[in-house]
Formats: sequence, structure tokens, C-alpha cells
Amino acid sequence: MFGYANPERFWRLSSLLMPWVWGATAILFAIGLYAALVASPDDYQQGATVRIMYVHVPAMWMSLGAYAFIAVASFVSLIWRHVLADVAAKAAAPIGATFTALGLLTGSIWGKPMWGAWWAWDARLTSVLVLFFLYLGYMAMWAAIEDRTRAARAAAILALVGAINLPIIRFSVEWWNTLHQGASVLRAGGSALHASFLYPLLIMGLAYLFLFGALLLVRIRTEILSQRVLADQRRRAANEQLTSPIESEA
Amino acid sequence: MSAAWALFRRDVLLSVRIGGGFGLGIGFFVLVAVLLPLGVGRDLVLLERLAPGLIWLGAALAALLSLDHLFQADLEDGALDQFFLSQTPIEALLLAKVAAHWATTGLPLVFAAPVLALLLNLEAGNWPALMASLAVGTPALSLIGGAAAALTAGLRRGGMLLSLLTLPLYVPTLIFGAAAAAGGIAAPELLLLGGVSLVALVVAPVAAALALRLYVS
Repeated sequence: MFGYANPERFWRLSSLLMPWVWGATAILFAIGLYAALVASPDDYQQGATVRIMYVHVPAMWMSLGAYAFIAVASFVSLIWRHVLADVAAKAAAPIGATFTALGLLTGSIWGKPMWGAWWAWDARLTSVLVLFFLYLGYMAMWAAIEDRTRAARAAAILALVGAINLPIIRFSVEWWNTLHQGASVLRAGGSALHASFLYPLLIMGLAYLFLFGALLLVRIRTEILSQRVLADQRRRAANEQLTSPIESEA
Repeated sequence: MSAAWALFRRDVLLSVRIGGGFGLGIGFFVLVAVLLPLGVGRDLVLLERLAPGLIWLGAALAALLSLDHLFQADLEDGALDQFFLSQTPIEALLLAKVAAHWATTGLPLVFAAPVLALLLNLEAGNWPALMASLAVGTPALSLIGGAAAALTAGLRRGGMLLSLLTLPLYVPTLIFGAAAAAGGIAAPELLLLGGVSLVALVVAPVAAALALRLYVS
């Protein structure tokens, strides 16, 4: 982990990885989308509406996964001042927020025919909405502080406080009201999903995971580049300042 | 420990004697309750049902309003640097500041709540539960808000960001608070609310200290 705190080494490794990650993403999406939207059967109650699940559920997995990633990266950045950890956390936030928004949107589209309403104040919906606002707050924290090191540390503290709070929020909201169906993929006594639904879902989950990885790599590389450009600009500005007094005298 | 006590005393005195904190929070709190019937109508049954939730919402917003300036003055005049140099642990000093914030914003609300309850037609039998829920829950509002205020202390326009950071974290307090207020004095929600306050008591001073360290030189 610490070997790759050097942006140079990370750059070389990620250059090698990029085509593979993008390729795996494309293949997994091709298989997953075909399996989910064409090959899998309709549900006997929900009809074709069940197919929304293949887009919705993995988005929610990634939404939580990305927040967990940010929390772990923030912890690493805060404790060891790992250079790339805060870059990774910053890069993951908009991706995670987009997955959360996608999950809320597809959930709403599914909810209209199934529950008869675009939105219900149900426990899961509410806690995901709160998670979305945690994402927004995290990104706003980064944007609010100009100094990069300070912004990184402030955002890391916020992410960790949010991570401590998230289970409490989840519990409180669940206690408050429950209408959403309970967990059905991972639970004691085996999955409640029939295999014909489960496999497309898992492939889609993998596809989302690889998409997250690919986008994350792109964003981290962009961040490294933009920091280099900034450093270069500063160096030039400093050189100009060194030479300018002589010019003004002449 | 005497340093923390002195800081607590100073902050309480400052907010009581200098305008802008103490009375205004209660005024805001009461105004929210006055505006509610104007917005939803004067149906007394409806108002009674809305009362516990609205009073808790008002408490959360009142706490938020005064948080903006919690650390700003100390940061600007350099007192914060002295806190960090002090032999008393910085977490204890920040806890004293948050306690002073609670004593001047949360605690008065406990005693102002019956007035609101009266305005909103809440039965007198429910007042003890309402007051107990505010007494147990408002410390969490000050603590969580204090940590967020520390994160935004050095920012020029931190107010909006502060609300965006704080309000999602207020969700458990608000849920258990409103439920405890409606549930009676022996409701299990009151215990859960106490739990939220205790977790905040442990986490918030540490987070606030970490955050303020960013802004002192």
C-alpha cells in the first residue's frame, strides 16, 4: 500500500491496469445487460418491472461501497498522511454520489408502478437520501477550503464522523418506519432470489464494481495531473518573481 | 480542570451579556411555533399531533443558528492558539465550550418548551416527556454541531456549509427526540436518545479538536 504513495509509481501501474479494467467493465456490462434485460424471465408478480432491479440494486451496493471506500481512504490519509489516499477519497466521492442518485432515481421509477408512489417515507429510502446528503456535504467540504492539505484533512474528519454516524442513522430510520422489503440476497438460510434472477444481478454487481474502479482510476490520474500542472505553474511564477525586480529597474 | 471551568463560565457570560445568542435562540424557537398554525391552519387536533415533531425541529434549527460563531471569535483573536498551548487537554476545553453552548441554547429550550406546548395545544400530561426529551437530546445537537462548526471555523462563509454538514447528522437525534417527546416519560426512545447523546459526547470533542488543529498556526 505504501509503495504506491509515490504518484509516479502509481501512474505507471495504473497506466498498465487501465485498458484491462475498462475491458472487463465493457465485457461484464455486455453479458450482464443481456442476461438482465433479455435472457432473464419476468417476475410472476412484477412482470418486466423486475428488470429495474438489475440497475437499481448494484447502484445501491456501490453507493454504500464507495462511502466505505472513502471512509477507509480517509482513515489511511489521516493516520499515515498517505499522499494518494486523500486523492482516492476525493476522486471516489462524485462517483459514489452519482451511484446514490442513480439508485434513488431507479428506485423511484420502480416504486411508481409497484407501490403507487414515486416516493415513500420508508426507512431505506430515507437513509439513502441522508447518505446522498452526506456525499454532498463531503464534496462541499473539499470545495470550501482552498488549501489542499487542509481540505484533505477536514474532509477526512468529516468522512469518518459520517461513517460513525451512518449505522446510527440507519438504525434510527429503520426503527422509525419500515415499508421497503428486507434483505433478500444475503441472509441466513440462503438467498431468497431464484438463480435466474440472482446470476444476472451478481454479474451486474461485478460490472458496476469494475466501472467504479475504472472511473476511480481516471479521476485519480486526472487529480495527479492537475496537481503537477499547479506545481509547474507555481514554479514558473516563482522564477518570474526572481527575475522581475531586475526588469523593473531596467 | 479549572481552565475548562473558566472557559465555560466565560462563554456563558459572553453569550448572556452580549446580544446575539441567548435570548434570540428562544425567540426563534417560539416564533417557529407561532408560524406553524399560520401555515397549516388552526385545527387544534392537527396542531397537537404536529407539536412534538415541530418543537424538536425548532430546537435543531435554533441550535444550528448559533453554532456558526462558536469558534470564530476565538480563532480570530488568537484565543484558540492558547487553548492548544494549554496544559488542559484541548478536548476538555472544547467540551467546555460546547457545554456552554448547550447551557445557553439547549437548556433554555427545555424550559421554553411548555410555552410552545401551550400554544400548540399539547396536553399538560405530555409536558414532562417533552421536557425530558429536550433535556436528554439537546446536548447531542450541541455536540454534533460543535464538531461541524470546528470543521468550518476558518471559512469565510461557513454558514451554509455548516447546515449541509450538520443536518444529516441530526437525523437520529431528531427521530428519537420527537418519538420520546410523543411517547411518554418512560418511553424506550428516551434511552435511545440518551445513547445518541453519549456517542456524540465521546466522538464530538475528539473530532472537533482534530478539525480545529487545521486552523491554528
